[in-house]
Amino acid sequence: MLKDVCLRLTERRIGIVGSNGSGKSTFARLLNGLLLPTEGRVTVDGLDTRKDGKKVRRKVGFVFQNPDNQIVFPIVEEDIAFGMKNLGFDKATIKEKTEAVLSRYDLMDHRTHPSHFLSGGQKQLLAISGVLVMAPEYIVFDEPTTLLDLRNKIRVARAIADLDQTAIVVTHDLDLLADFDRVIVFGDNRIIADGPPGPALQCYTETMHDV
Amino acid sequence: MFDLFRPGHSFLHRLPAGTKVLLLAVSGTLVFLVDEIVIIVAFLAVVLTLYPLARLPLTSAWAQLRPALWILVAILVAQGLINGWFVGFFVVARFAALLLLAGLLTLTTRVSDMVEGMERGLWVLRYVGVNPGKVSLALSLALRFIPVLATITGEVREAQKVRGLDRSVIAVAIPVVVRTLRMSDEIADAIETRGYGP
Repeated sequence: MLKDVCLRLTERRIGIVGSNGSGKSTFARLLNGLLLPTEGRVTVDGLDTRKDGKKVRRKVGFVFQNPDNQIVFPIVEEDIAFGMKNLGFDKATIKEKTEAVLSRYDLMDHRTHPSHFLSGGQKQLLAISGVLVMAPEYIVFDEPTTLLDLRNKIRVARAIADLDQTAIVVTHDLDLLADFDRVIVFGDNRIIADGPPGPALQCYTETMHDV
Repeated sequence: MFDLFRPGHSFLHRLPAGTKVLLLAVSGTLVFLVDEIVIIVAFLAVVLTLYPLARLPLTSAWAQLRPALWILVAILVAQGLINGWFVGFFVVARFAALLLLAGLLTLTTRVSDMVEGMERGLWVLRYVGVNPGKVSLALSLALRFIPVLATITGEVREAQKVRGLDRSVIAVAIPVVVRTLRMSDEIADAIETRGYGP
């Protein structure tokens, strides 16, 4: 359970780090209403996650650690279309946006392929694509590079860096956060550091060595 | 089922998924009402002709039959010995024709179109409290997660092997079920974050 967390997130690139079980994934899930606070409140552009859950989720996309748990349709293009169908997009728009996002992430050749046979990196890019086409204003990433090899980590890191949206990234990959605007460090379900990546990450690594 | 769809523009590709499913259901019923071998052979020939008409090579027709070959042979032998070879050939020809027709549906229809068609076809169930949207999503999820579950089972089996356990259904089944249940929570969250609201 998180304690004494009072934050206002306004930067374009925000990193969240912390040891296992420190509360960072809980924090991420609070941001788009997947979890609701037992005390206090979480608001996104004035919308309360408790009262306006659907509207908040429309604004805040979420990319999970394991893309296999996020890809819900068997075929690549069908999975991308899923979110847009839910939002009531017409067929022409769905086709256009699907093609655009597949081209952007070099997945066009896999358009009609089963998602199961994509590589780990391609699956994560597919998961990001499925969220991006819904045009959220903010995207929360929960350890998006944890299961990836170096090449795919770089691809996903570039994809995050190139986003127009605000990105809030929970990660253990400290290199990913070097160019971020702000890093928040969680420890024992509290915030133990908050600021620019340099000092915040230094505090984090010192804490980790202090065993 | 996962990669059988072959994109194309033939009349069979363009035919609505619901119509194709309905035609399959009707033909599948009618062939069981027929006891003339000539009609069954003619039906088989028509189904085979549909493959080139759908711009599909006959090798793809063979690919539909190949996995069931041993079953077809077993039926032929069993029927042949019990009811005579004529009946055996009749039953096998009927079964093969149905397999080829079902294969044709899979090869010319996207999974999403089939699921959508099914969702439309199930609208009558709304009156008995069934939500067709939920049924079609469940179907898509089943298709999507069959290979994922196979991968999980493979991983658990390997983990058991490296610890010296070669064959134990329970030792494999329990971790697979636990992992699947954990995974299902995240899948439900993922569906929710993508705007699903039945």
